[in-house]
Amino acid sequence: MSDFSLEKVSENYMDVLKELGNIGAGNAMTALSQMLGCKVDMRVPQIKLLEFKEVGALMGGEEQIMVGVFLGVEGDITGSMMFLVEKNSAKHLINKLMMGMAPQSDDFTEMELSAMKEVGNIITGAYLNSLSMMTNLKIYPTPPELAVDMAGAILSVPAIEFGTVGDNILLIQSQFFDEVEIDGYFILIPDLDSYAKILGSLGMPL
Amino acid sequence: MSEIIKVGMADLKTCLSPNALTTLGLGSCIGIAISDPVAGVGGLAHIMLPDSTAIRNGGNIAKFADTGITELVRQMEALGARRTRMKAKLAGGATMFATSAKSDMVQIGLRNAEASAKKLKELGIPVVAQDTGANYGRTVIFYPETGAYVIRAVGKPERTI
Repeated sequence: MSDFSLEKVSENYMDVLKELGNIGAGNAMTALSQMLGCKVDMRVPQIKLLEFKEVGALMGGEEQIMVGVFLGVEGDITGSMMFLVEKNSAKHLINKLMMGMAPQSDDFTEMELSAMKEVGNIITGAYLNSLSMMTNLKIYPTPPELAVDMAGAILSVPAIEFGTVGDNILLIQSQFFDEVEIDGYFILIPDLDSYAKILGSLGMPL
Repeated sequence: MSEIIKVGMADLKTCLSPNALTTLGLGSCIGIAISDPVAGVGGLAHIMLPDSTAIRNGGNIAKFADTGITELVRQMEALGARRTRMKAKLAGGATMFATSAKSDMVQIGLRNAEASAKKLKELGIPVVAQDTGANYGRTVIFYPETGAYVIRAVGKPERTI
């Protein structure tokens, strides 16, 4: 297990990780739809194993302003998780949540940041919940932290954690839309031992 | 005609004046800029982690402060730069999120900055300017000809160190 790395896992394991991401993102979208009180359509999530330098380009460039919600994961598995949306998409989600009362400005007010944190909390909570149900592992999120900054800077946080074990980052791109199209990204960052626990609990020991 | 060469995450590049080097959206990573103004040689490394010896998978040497700086200096010397004339500037090393579940990852930006400064000291290269820490991302452009290290951040005026 000590020589586990994302580059070396078999296709089978990658498929399982992808499917977990798929179901997690699906549950997250259901939670989002309930919170917004409207139908949210989603495309089949794309699961990507990317080199660090490719990640920024996927999200519209390293300097694209994104909103990132970051939280720790504790319980039977440990690690962290991140949810990212592009700034205008975040504005749209917040405005929807605030019944169209959000101020029309370029910056985020404290109120909006707080609302976005809550959106992130609910979405990631639903994601982790489904992971917990499938694997029968106890998974608890820690309170979320939020950052509005360049994609590259926000992504440096999960990238560094992936960097301690390899040269790739496992990313789940989930596109969803109500009136407008929104690109959201989930990044689950289990610790090395936690990969084994997740796969083991699904009957696929490493 | 001068050009600006892009350096990715966990990557390093060198250039000759009047060309320049850039790396976009530095978060907790560090952009280490080194120049030898006499030879007109510059280098920029975008490192992610402080220490290659603490990590099992040390495949990409540009990922770490220790191995990345050593390699950058080696490549610059191959282009005619002399270590005795080299000067370094550092940017990045932010703490993007106030808390993190992994305690050793909380201070990663700070540790990256410390490890970079330590390695440069070991090699006898002075750090003449530094803009590290805080909680925001930085895009940097390095002009080896003048030694100017231009730093841009969201919602903040551009500054040169």
